[in-house]
Amino acid sequence: MARIVGSVMTSHVPAIGGAIARGAEGEAYWKPFFDGFGPVHRWLEETRPDTVVVFYNDHGLNFFLDKMPTFAVGAAPLYKNADEGWGLPTLPSFPGAPQLSWHIINSLVNDEFDVTMCQEMQVDHAFTVPMALLWPGAGRRPVRTVPIAINTVQHPLPSAARCFKLGAAVGRAIESFPDESRVLILGTGGMSHQLDGARAGFINKEFDLMCLEKLVADPEVLTGYTNHQIIERAGTQGIEILMWIAARAALTDTVKQIHSNYHVPISNTATGLLLLENSAAA
Amino acid sequence: MISVRNPEIFGTPIFGGDAAQRGYALNRMCYSFNEAANREAFRRDEEAYCASYGLDAEQRDAVRRRDVLAMIEAGGNIYYLAKLTGIFGLSVQDIGAQQTGLSLQEFRARLSDAGRP
Repeated sequence: MARIVGSVMTSHVPAIGGAIARGAEGEAYWKPFFDGFGPVHRWLEETRPDTVVVFYNDHGLNFFLDKMPTFAVGAAPLYKNADEGWGLPTLPSFPGAPQLSWHIINSLVNDEFDVTMCQEMQVDHAFTVPMALLWPGAGRRPVRTVPIAINTVQHPLPSAARCFKLGAAVGRAIESFPDESRVLILGTGGMSHQLDGARAGFINKEFDLMCLEKLVADPEVLTGYTNHQIIERAGTQGIEILMWIAARAALTDTVKQIHSNYHVPISNTATGLLLLENSAAA
Repeated sequence: MISVRNPEIFGTPIFGGDAAQRGYALNRMCYSFNEAANREAFRRDEEAYCASYGLDAEQRDAVRRRDVLAMIEAGGNIYYLAKLTGIFGLSVQDIGAQQTGLSLQEFRARLSDAGRP
């Protein structure tokens, strides 16, 4: 059966993609952020996942308000990146894992998650920036991908409790897939930040650090927050912690924290990084 | 229609059904800016471009004034608006400063301060 090796959760600020394109990783502003990924690169080198299931949120590249799915699962052979409106350089397409996608979709619907199935799905910075952070360099990334988009644009958004259940169901689906895939779960977004309104620039370090701690040993505590409470504590876009919660739920109850980093600010955002390894019993 | 009312959070717009319905034309125009050719068309003739997407007077005025809070008030969603403000050469920090009434330097200092112990 396929095996989940662990999870990386990371922020996905578009400016990070710009910094990579300019080669600015070593500059004083960026160094504390990019240096956080050294231990992740070493762990990926040792663990060698071949498949990545990515929980992310689309920001108006693939989905518009005409049809907004709460949960959308990619089932494409290839996922294209495209211009999001700022003319930034796009990344080469990412190969999919359609058989695993359909297995996940079948399993999720059987588990009463009525997902949207996408045979075409453009992936935006929330997918591409973390992939570039995990596997830097222009070469082919050594992994196949399954994108799972969670709506964080149009309220009502799915609750933390619902996203946790989704993640757990995705975890069960992966581990019942009859092949030898080594799967990494990637959760992208957050941490606290707010782009809109008179409270723009809001950051809550205390709440972020609490989330980083709870995600390791006691993630279900976070499912006790309503989305309104999360937004109050983490900012309108801080709600992206939903992707981290889903990713965490796909792992075993007990996990080993390999690495974490927290740095404020990158652009308008408090950035976080967490690397969790599944327990060997999985 | 079922609506769940929560107490307002200061300065924090929640993009629910009301805003999504009110702002549809504005957000639809902003979504079109994923295409470089559409950004060019907007630059060439802003009035005509806004008219072709059916922006109402409030939305048109907010766009004309480059006023992000007013665009949000008119139903704009920040993810789509960011594509428009990019055309104006404004970064998310520029629009953060604009919405909070701070200078760019003050806004950046506030962000940095939030990370201190």
